[in-house]
Amino acid sequence: MFNPQAEAMPVGELRKLQGRRLRALAERAYDRVPFYRAKMDAQGVKPEDIRGIEDIVKLPFTVKAEFREQYPFGMFAAPMSEIVRIHASSGTTGKPTVVGYTRADIDNWAECAARSLGCGGATAEDTVQVAYGYGLFTGGLGMHYGAEKLGAAALPMSAGNTEKQIMLMKDFGVTVLCCTPSYALQIAEVAAAMGEDLMKLPLKSGHFGAEPWTEAMRRRIEEVLPLKALDIYGLSEVAGPGVANECLEQHGLHVFEDHFYPEIIDPATGDPLPDGQKGELVFTCLTKEGVPLIRYRTRDITMILDEGPCPCGRTGRKIARLMGRTDDMLIIRGVNVFPSQVEDVLVRIEGVHPQYLIIVDRQGNLDTMEIQVEVTENLFSDEVKKLEALRDKIHHQIKTMLNVSAKITLVEPKTIERTLGKAKRVQDRRNLI
Amino acid sequence: MKVRQISIFLENRSGRLAGVLSEVAKAGVNIRALSLADTSDFGILRLIVDDVDACVKALKDGGHTVSLTEVLAVEVPDRPGGLAGILDALSKADLNVEYMYAFVCRATEKAVVVFRFEDANAAIAALKDAGISILPAETVYAL
Repeated sequence: MFNPQAEAMPVGELRKLQGRRLRALAERAYDRVPFYRAKMDAQGVKPEDIRGIEDIVKLPFTVKAEFREQYPFGMFAAPMSEIVRIHASSGTTGKPTVVGYTRADIDNWAECAARSLGCGGATAEDTVQVAYGYGLFTGGLGMHYGAEKLGAAALPMSAGNTEKQIMLMKDFGVTVLCCTPSYALQIAEVAAAMGEDLMKLPLKSGHFGAEPWTEAMRRRIEEVLPLKALDIYGLSEVAGPGVANECLEQHGLHVFEDHFYPEIIDPATGDPLPDGQKGELVFTCLTKEGVPLIRYRTRDITMILDEGPCPCGRTGRKIARLMGRTDDMLIIRGVNVFPSQVEDVLVRIEGVHPQYLIIVDRQGNLDTMEIQVEVTENLFSDEVKKLEALRDKIHHQIKTMLNVSAKITLVEPKTIERTLGKAKRVQDRRNLI
Repeated sequence: MKVRQISIFLENRSGRLAGVLSEVAKAGVNIRALSLADTSDFGILRLIVDDVDACVKALKDGGHTVSLTEVLAVEVPDRPGGLAGILDALSKADLNVEYMYAFVCRATEKAVVVFRFEDANAAIAALKDAGISILPAETVYAL
């Protein structure tokens, strides 16, 4: 554990600390950011109404669109003389969200990234290959500063140039890998093509995030790389990677709660949900100076695990692996369905990542779901009955796992439309408005 | 003895079969025998051709899902009960036919039946025991 005092803080003490920090945060936001002052005034809440962490529900939510409207620096609560770094989201859906960090913010973020690496057992002895992109995106620099904070040797590879990644991984005796889970698999594939046996390397942990992945993918990564594959969570608006990380139990991600306070709400009503129920993840950045963030709706769907203390000793509550995005969520006959669940079923059946397309439609008053699956060579059989059995098996598994019945259609390869190499996963043909 | 048959996955949509066959034609491959198994959603096209490797390459390059299956080709005596006799021998050996299809050989004007068995080796033995001759693969490709 990198910082046992913080990570294993008794829960009562932690809640008191969070309460004090929330009060300071509310004051700072109210005094320095007109956006927050207007929202709190509209809600009729003043900073002095915050007397403990449980008062957080009195504060208004912040949504991404509001954040974007404050482009570029409207959310800043510190003068530029105190800002030492600026990151921004990719802004593919409009203006980016811009986050400025004070020196203390960078320090706290590095601290949490170091704790994340510590979750996988890393220490100052380790060499950390950072294969997240360096730049406006927070992945590369976030893990880089975390590795340095830990005292480990940071290897700033950024993403890409896979053959060189493999060469240095081997020659430098890299022990910790940070990248997206799909890039981890790519590294393994390229290594296999080069005739390199990565299973002989001293790798021990991998911190994979920045994109949705599944338990099936974890198993595949651990088959081709000799490491514990751990899920890491973060988002640029909150800080970057290192908001939460799985410990070696590989069962849920510990949130570093002294800095980031998590809540789960019903995305439709905004009501808080109890632990163990899935809903939208909301974060409040308790210590942020540059851009204070109050009850930020991440649009990520997960739950806070409702379990006893973790054997690893950390007291920060755990969130489950992300189950999807509120934007992706489909409601089919009243059941919440995420494309990632469909993908998980397909991966489990054949151990491969087939291309698929979910088509939702409405016939009369009834929602219908069709899942088209491309028949690749490992799915194909020369016998009709075997293909029909495959189709029925997918149907049955979807029904069991998602609680929704779907028509399964086997289609020829390359028939599902791809944009920039990424397949489109959902087509919603319902005209509900 | 065993004939390499090419199987191709097809969606049950108009133009799919024509598309596949034109790719086979473009590769300069000649089709010896063909059968199509279909359901309401999809079909499986099975081909026996003169140049198996060239055909498979052309289809794979065209992005199709292709597999190779081993089948047996048997010449059927041109008289009533010719096929029944063969099936009888198979049935006695407790061998299950996964599927079969027939075509006529140009040179001999004899009927040839293509069989797919789960256990091809057991089928070869059973057919031999019953005195039924199996066509060599080279003969079938060159028919």
